[in-house]
Amino acid sequence: MRNSLNKTTEIQKHESKWPTESVAHEVGENDDIQLNCLILAIEQKYGYDFSHYARASFKRRIYDALQRFELPNMAVLQDHILDDAHFFKRLLDRLTIIVTDFFRDPFLYKALREHVVPYLRTYPQIKIWQAGCSTGEETYALAMLLQEEGLYERSLIYATDINQSALDKARAGIFDLSQVKKGSKFYFESGGKTSMATYFHTEYEYAAVSDALKKKIVFSYHNLATDQAFGEMQLILCRNVVIYFDRQLQERTFSLFNESLCRGGFLSLGAKETLSLSAVYSCFDCADLEARLYRKKMFFEALSDG
Amino acid sequence: MDNAFGCEAVVIGGSSGGLNALKKILSGLPEQLPMAIVVVLHIAPGSRSYLPALLAQQAKLPVLSVDDKQSLQPGNIYIAPPGYHLFIERDRCFALSVDDRVNFAIPSIDVLFESAADVYRERLIGILLTGANHDGALGLKRIEQYGGAIAVQAPETAESSQMPLAGLRQTKAALSLALDEMAPFIVNHVQHKGTL
Repeated sequence: MRNSLNKTTEIQKHESKWPTESVAHEVGENDDIQLNCLILAIEQKYGYDFSHYARASFKRRIYDALQRFELPNMAVLQDHILDDAHFFKRLLDRLTIIVTDFFRDPFLYKALREHVVPYLRTYPQIKIWQAGCSTGEETYALAMLLQEEGLYERSLIYATDINQSALDKARAGIFDLSQVKKGSKFYFESGGKTSMATYFHTEYEYAAVSDALKKKIVFSYHNLATDQAFGEMQLILCRNVVIYFDRQLQERTFSLFNESLCRGGFLSLGAKETLSLSAVYSCFDCADLEARLYRKKMFFEALSDG
Repeated sequence: MDNAFGCEAVVIGGSSGGLNALKKILSGLPEQLPMAIVVVLHIAPGSRSYLPALLAQQAKLPVLSVDDKQSLQPGNIYIAPPGYHLFIERDRCFALSVDDRVNFAIPSIDVLFESAADVYRERLIGILLTGANHDGALGLKRIEQYGGAIAVQAPETAESSQMPLAGLRQTKAALSLALDEMAPFIVNHVQHKGTL
């Protein structure tokens, strides 16, 4: 116990030294075996299942963690994880938080205005699921879009993520001013109608999302690797999340989305993610290829042909 | 073309001046090649990439922009999309990430080279071109450690020599080649049964 406390202090000292330089880690011949053990240990101790994460990028994140915490190999990392839940939480942040921006890929928001907004208008109650919302930037960007299209009051956005600290930050809605400024440029490219500043209270170097923009968003925990479908959504956004999954977990996720969408509902993926390799692809039409916006068919082929 | 014993894939990285260098290499390759070619060039994230279209004008092989989880097929040239790191997975498909920059770059050449070396081991060729930083040098070292074939653009012929020089420093036996020697270097690593 004393031992692990010492380790923690040692680790905290290096917290800020996350490397941006390439890591000259020596590769051990047993690394792949140790990585499998590590994944099993995390699953059995904490219930997070990384066995179907894309292995190469997951491995690189683990190597980065070794460098950051100055640990010699994965076996030692595994001991720390098993001994110290607080340490694991910090590791989990590095393994699961996805960095994003307000209005990242402005062409997506244009495509949403063009293809999805007219469809959403036909509903008195609009249900949207943002899966893997991370720290909330894209969720708030979506809320701004709905506000400007006059749809926000009748919308409900379920924003989910696997990472509790990301969800806490998203709920708080407090961002660095520099982030908001960066987003402003994208906001105009995305077809924004007023100014992003109208949605924030600014103080010193921080910008806080207004309560009006928060009131229709529910941030909650959901694990795409293990949890079940949400009901009858008109729109699901899940951007740059499934790139971290292997084909099998992607398939699970896509069928979860298929089950959770109403007929005619839309699915928005990241700009380099594709539905075309999935078994559920035949249930969808591609509404905008560049924006990776897909629409669930109203009728399946066999029915419409008959 | 059968390639039972030769290299399965070629990974190429470059930065400033890399586009022209790459055009020369790709235009020298034949119409058929039993290897997949994967390219990382440093370009600004967020820019819409015209690279695949530009390079397609020069190459006889098909040039494709990478989508996540797409399978690598021999005879295709794949270009990393801007704003994503590019990995190769065990099952010979691509994976992307939007993690932190590596060597101030996304996509990073080291990230591609290291994951490719992990998968292909000695059946891999790594080539490092002109560039004004040292991204790719450690990746090249990794390819060498696994027994793959490695080369850099001869520094005196490079628009920026820093990247190939870093590649030479990190490795023991990287070849230093002129651009018109690169395509023959690649083709020589095809080994069908008849060549043994």
